[in-house]
Parts: sequence; C-alpha cells; structure tokens
Amino acid sequence: MSADLLYSDTEDALRESVRALLAATCPSERVTEAYDGDTSVASDAWRAVSDAMELAGLGIDESLGGGGATSREVAVVMEELGRVVAPIPFLTSSVIATRVLVSCGAGDLVRTLVDGSAVAVLTVPLTTMDLGDLTLPTVAGGLVTGRVHAVAGCELATLMIVPALDGTVLTLQAIEPQSGSTSVTMRSSFDMTRPVADVGFTAAPATELARGADAESAVRAGLLAGGAMLASEQVGLAEWCLESTVAYTKQRNQFGRPIGSFQALKHRMARLWIAVNSARAAARNAAVLVDAGGDEAAVAVGLAQAYCSDVAVLAAEECVQLHGGIGMTWEHPAHLYLKRAKADQVALGTAAHHRAVLAEGLTPT
Amino acid sequence: MSDARPAIDLAREFIESWDPATPREESLRARYDAGLAWVARPAGLGGLGCAPEDQRAVEAAFTAAGFPDNNALANGIGLGMAAPTIFAVGTDEQKERLLRPLWTGEEIWCQLFSEPGAGSDLANVATRAVRTGDGWVVNGQKVWTSNAHNAVYALLLARTDPDLPKHSGLTYFALDMRDPGVEVRPLRQITGEAEFNEVFLTDVVIPDTDRLGDVNNGWLVAMTTLANERVSIGNSDAEVEQTMVDVVERTWRSAPESTRERTRDRFMSLWVDAKVADLAAARMKQQLEAGKPGPEGSALKVTFARLAQELSGLEIELLGADGLGYGDWEMVRPTIVEFTGRDAGYRYLRAKGNSIEGGTSEILLNIIAEKVLGLPPEHRPDKGMAWKDSPR
Ligand SMILES: Cc1cc2nc3c(=O)[nH]c(=O)nc-3n(C[C@H](O)[C@H](O)[C@H](O)COP(=O)(O)OP(=O)(O)OC[C@H]3O[C@@H](n4cnc5c(N)ncnc54)[C@H](O)[C@@H]3O)c2cc1C
Repeated sequence: MSADLLYSDTEDALRESVRALLAATCPSERVTEAYDGDTSVASDAWRAVSDAMELAGLGIDESLGGGGATSREVAVVMEELGRVVAPIPFLTSSVIATRVLVSCGAGDLVRTLVDGSAVAVLTVPLTTMDLGDLTLPTVAGGLVTGRVHAVAGCELATLMIVPALDGTVLTLQAIEPQSGSTSVTMRSSFDMTRPVADVGFTAAPATELARGADAESAVRAGLLAGGAMLASEQVGLAEWCLESTVAYTKQRNQFGRPIGSFQALKHRMARLWIAVNSARAAARNAAVLVDAGGDEAAVAVGLAQAYCSDVAVLAAEECVQLHGGIGMTWEHPAHLYLKRAKADQVALGTAAHHRAVLAEGLTPT
Repeated sequence: MSDARPAIDLAREFIESWDPATPREESLRARYDAGLAWVARPAGLGGLGCAPEDQRAVEAAFTAAGFPDNNALANGIGLGMAAPTIFAVGTDEQKERLLRPLWTGEEIWCQLFSEPGAGSDLANVATRAVRTGDGWVVNGQKVWTSNAHNAVYALLLARTDPDLPKHSGLTYFALDMRDPGVEVRPLRQITGEAEFNEVFLTDVVIPDTDRLGDVNNGWLVAMTTLANERVSIGNSDAEVEQTMVDVVERTWRSAPESTRERTRDRFMSLWVDAKVADLAAARMKQQLEAGKPGPEGSALKVTFARLAQELSGLEIELLGADGLGYGDWEMVRPTIVEFTGRDAGYRYLRAKGNSIEGGTSEILLNIIAEKVLGLPPEHRPDKGMAWKDSPR
C-alpha cells in the first residue's frame, strides 16, 4: 500500500497562509532585485517567514521549541517557496542544517535556529549528494583550515556546520563565521535567489559537534531531508510555470485567435500537466517517507530527485518558450524560475547521479 | 569547375598594392570598389560575379595579410538580411547608395519587424506609413529590436493600406534611424544585458526613394528577409564562431570520470545530432548556391535551436558546482551578440532565444507542415478580411 500522497486540510490551510505571506514579501519585482545586488528582499522575507510565521522550526520537535510538524507540512512550505522563487535560506538552514544539528543532538543550537535568532549552513557545495569525492577542510587542535566552493545559504548565516577531517576521521565542527579567521566570498551566481559563496577557514576556532559514524549519519540525514524538500520546491516552481503559461496562452492572441487554441501548444501544456502531477506524487512520497530514514527513504528521495529536477527545468523552459519574446525579458518573472530550476537541477546531485545510485540498488547480485 | 580564379588573383594584386595599415574605412571601401567584398555579387556592387566558393579564399587571403575585416558580427542583420533584400528588390540607386556603407560596417542595420501585437503573426503589423507628397510619415511601436541602439538603418515593415487583407497592405522600407522621430529604449533580457530594444516611431519621415519594393508588396519582401535570417541563424559557421557542440565537447572531456560516464550516452547522442545537422547544413548550402533559400533554412534553424539549448543545458549539469557562477548581471548594451562565448550560464540563457528570434520553432514547424508537406492549414479567422476589420 502506498503512503497517503494527498494534502490534508491542515496542509491546505498552512499553504494558504504561507502563500499570502509570500505574496506580500516576495513579489517578483522585489525578487528580481537580488540580481542587481539588493539583499534586502532576502532578509525581509526571511524575517517574515522565520519570525512572523515561525516557520523555521516547523518540522522540529516541540521539545526543542519547534512546531512539531512532519516533513509533509514542511514540504508544503517548500512548494510555496518554490512558487515565488523565495530568496531565503529555508532549504539550507531550516531543512538541511537543522536536520544535521538534530541528528548530532545539538539541542541548544537547534533552539536558536527554531526561534530565528540564528541561521545555519552546512558548508558543502550546493551540488553535494554525498561527501564521497569532496576535498574537505581539516581540523587540528580545535582549529579548522581549508576552503569550500559554491556553498549556498551563506548570505545570512550566523553559524557554519563544517564537515572537516581529523586525520581520516570525519567530524562536524561549529564555527561562527563572524570571526576574522573565516572568509565568505559571495559569487556572482547563476541563481541569485540562492547565491553561492566560496568559504575559507584559516585556523578558525571551532566546536566539535560529532565525529565518525555520528558525523556521517548526521550529514546523510541532512542531505536526505534536503533532497526530499527540494523536490517539493521543484514541484511548486513547475506548477507556477505551468499555471502562468496556461493563463498567458489563453489571453495572448495571434492570427486572430488565442495562441492556446493551437493544438501544438495545447499538447505541450497537457504533457507538462501530466509531468507536474507525476512530480507531485514523487515529491509527496519522498516527504512522507523521509522522516523514517533507512533504505526506503533513500529510494523515495532518489526517485523524487531523479524525476522532479528535470520536470522543473522543463516547466521553466516551456514557460519561456510559450511566452515568446516576453519570456526572454528581465521584466517578466519567467527568468527567475528558469535560473532557479536550472540551479536546482544540479543541487544535491543531478538526476543522472541519482539514477546511477538508484541503479546500484537494482544491480543483480 | 574551371581553374581560373579571377577573384583570388585580384585579391593577391590588391593585397600587394595596398598597405594593410591603411585606415580601416579607406581600406574597406577600396576593397569593396575592387569587387572583393562579396565576390559572388555583381561587378560594381562589391562583387565580381564569380563563384561563391571563392569568397572563403579571398577572406582568408585578406586576414592572413593583416587587413582589417568588416566586423561582420557587429552587423549580422545588415549583412545577413538587409543586403540580400536590397540585392533582391532594391533599385539601382538604392544598391549604389546603401550597400557599400553596409558592407564596410559604416552603417549598421537593425530589423523593425516585430510589434507587441505582431510577433508570430508578423502580418498583423500595425505601424502605419501614410503617403505625403514624395514620402511617407510613419507612426507606431516596434519591439524586440536587436541592435537598434547601434543601428543607422532599419528594415521596416509598415502598414500602408488597412483596407486590404493583412498580408496585402504592407510596405517595406529602409528607415534612417537618425530621424528625430525615432526613439530607442533598451529592453533588458534574461542574460542581464539589453541586446534588444523597444523602438517608438513618431511622425518619422521616409523619402519614397527609401521604399524597398512596390507599395503594398511588403509581405513578399519580408519573406525574402526572413528566409535569409533563418538560414543565417540556422547556419552554424564554424569559421565565425566556435559551435556549441565544440564548446560542450570540451567541457564533457574535462569533466570528472564519474560525470562523464553518467552522461556519455546523452552527450554522444547530441554530438551525433550536431554532426548530422552540420552535414544537413552543408547539403543545404550546396542547394542554395544554385537557387534561393527555401524551407530547408527553417528546418535547420529548428534543429540548431534545439541542439544549442540541449547542449548548453547539459553543459551546466556537467560543470556541477563550477556551473553555478555567472559572469556579471550588469545591464550592458552589447555591440555584438555572442552565442557560444562567455560562461556556460550565459550560453544556456542566450540559447533560449534561438527558438524565438527570427520566427519561433513552432512557427517554423507550421511552415514545414503547411508549405513543404502540404498539410491543410490551421483555421485563420481573419483570412481574406480587411486588416482594419479583422479580429486581434
Ligand atoms: C533574442 C531575440 C531577438 C529578437 N530580435 C528581433 C529583431 O531584431 N527584430 C524583430 O523585428 N524582432 C526580433 N525578435 C522578435 C521575434 O521575432 C518574436 O519574438 C517572435 O517572432 C515571436 O513573437 P512574440 O514574441 O510576439 O511571441 P508570440 O507570437 O506571442 O508567441 C508566443 C508563443 O506562441 C507560439 N505560437 C504562436 N503562434 C502559433 C501557432 N500558429 N502555432 C503554434 N504555436 C504558435 C509561439 O511559437 C510562441 O511559443 C527577437 C526576439 C528575441 C527573443
């Protein structure tokens, strides 16, 4: 029997209030300003989401000050964030970093994330699916040294969770980036609504959070939760692209009729609708199963990532194309979605990478 | 094929008798006057009436000798669209006057076709040109005009008779962009820069001597221009720019082994498609050298747009973390359009325009379906109706 893949009434109500909040704080004109270096939209929207609506700790246990919800509800928030391409560090801080800290048993730090007083980031490249091939910083005598490229979620971060090697042993180190021994260089990014930074540590004083198997499973839990929630962001993003394309092609006339009346376009949008609905099923499944962890969760997340990331890109590409010249402009928001969808496609592993891992599970023994 | 190659002999003579350091304009004008600009064109208009194949050898000889070129990339619309149109329908006086500064690059051209209400449905153009004495007064708004900010001349499609059906009441003009009634406003695009513009035309005066082709025959003239545009967009000329598949092949080769393995089949199938498309382009060129650009140009443009988009999309995936940067979002107003230059992010975004500019891929597929395959056309509610009464 499959998991309950529908939205509950509570989830629908949550969606409604999040959507209203984001309509007010993340209108596309404001989000676009992120590309010209205006970071105020990010901080304003983050304050609204974390302080006003207390969403940062939504999926965290009540004993740690959180909202006690499951990943199902958090996924609904992610869908809404995807729909407006919200330029806030929810995925990186409220999902990935928080999950890592919970797994490490760092309750006090989790509380600071839940109440919005801190923003955290796991310092790995945004493209990381597992720590496998990465060159990690090193730690010796409580000091961390090394560089990490293309880390997302640094712009507001007050706490860095740094995977660092002590000899050959993986550890997780907590570092406050404000200290002079940490440098954060924001890069001009393809997706400025989730910009990446290069982070460097030079004998940065650190507090150890976990080591060995504990550190490994904490990172795994964080990235797995991230993958599940990213799939929902992709669904929300794709849904917006489809809806706005359908609306536009109904009212745009060429050749004396709405362009949406041309069967060539109808079929394109109908196919996209099928894809978005399928993506939703895959993302819901991942959201339901991720909290339990284990193999089932890994397969569900891999499946969702292998499917949803390409659907989001397709939806954004179709959105640009079916808008014609307007879709190529800065003024129309389609480009925000295209850039996010494309960056999301490589975030936490490409579809090709996820497929390769899924294939290992199918290999005959 | 005969062994005599007068163009190449003449080019050698020219190169021997001219100093490559001669000021650019002087040198290019002299080259035009010697018939060494576009050698296949008629004598007296920059050519020698010889085989088009000789162009390459002539070009190479001038480049090797260190002569300035005419910076073709900055005047793609002039060379690729305006020139063939002027050759096809221009009067002797127009050819004499317009072609030389066009070829030398002294006069850059743009294309004032699209309007807010006339994109795919180009024949719906609403910009009005009204006859007054020996000229025309033009009012209207154009949009998506690439390079209008650098252009001295424009190819303009305007409505001269609203009582006729939409295709029949259009006239084609060369418009002097220096007219005070021309206002060019930048339009920023998804790459961050403003390559195209909005152009507002208010009581712009065009002398009748700048009309290209007959009154109310503009649609046919525009089709000449578009057929040439589609060929030039669809045609990947490896000597002008590196091709997308070359760029992405380099990225694929230098990707980590695990990435290469996971993407081998996908990359190779695009690679095969790209090589086949090059062959189809070469075959089309051979056909073209005899006759006129036909619907094959549309087919190639569809293929090259798809390939550019899929290849550049794959490239970002191949690059992983390195693909997440972007050079600069600053709104600049470029003088040339690069399709395969800069970084992967730029290439990916710019390629999105390939299936829109110069006729969308959907429209080109309709052309193939209806004009080549002879399939019944879509219902057109405005067919045969006076433009002024047609639904919009
Ligand atoms: C980068 C760029 C540069 C450009 N440069 C110039 C320029 O220099 N000069 C100039 O005049 N114009 C220029 N254009 C404009 C371009 O020619 C138009 O954008 C294009 O023709 C589409 O028109 P539109 O934007 O109005 O879209 P629409 O015509 O509104 O099309 C919207 C969507 O509907 C589809 N559609 C429309 N009709 C049909 C149909 N019958 N069947 C199926 N699908 C259909 C289209 O394919 C498209 O996907 C440029 C455009 C771009 C993107």
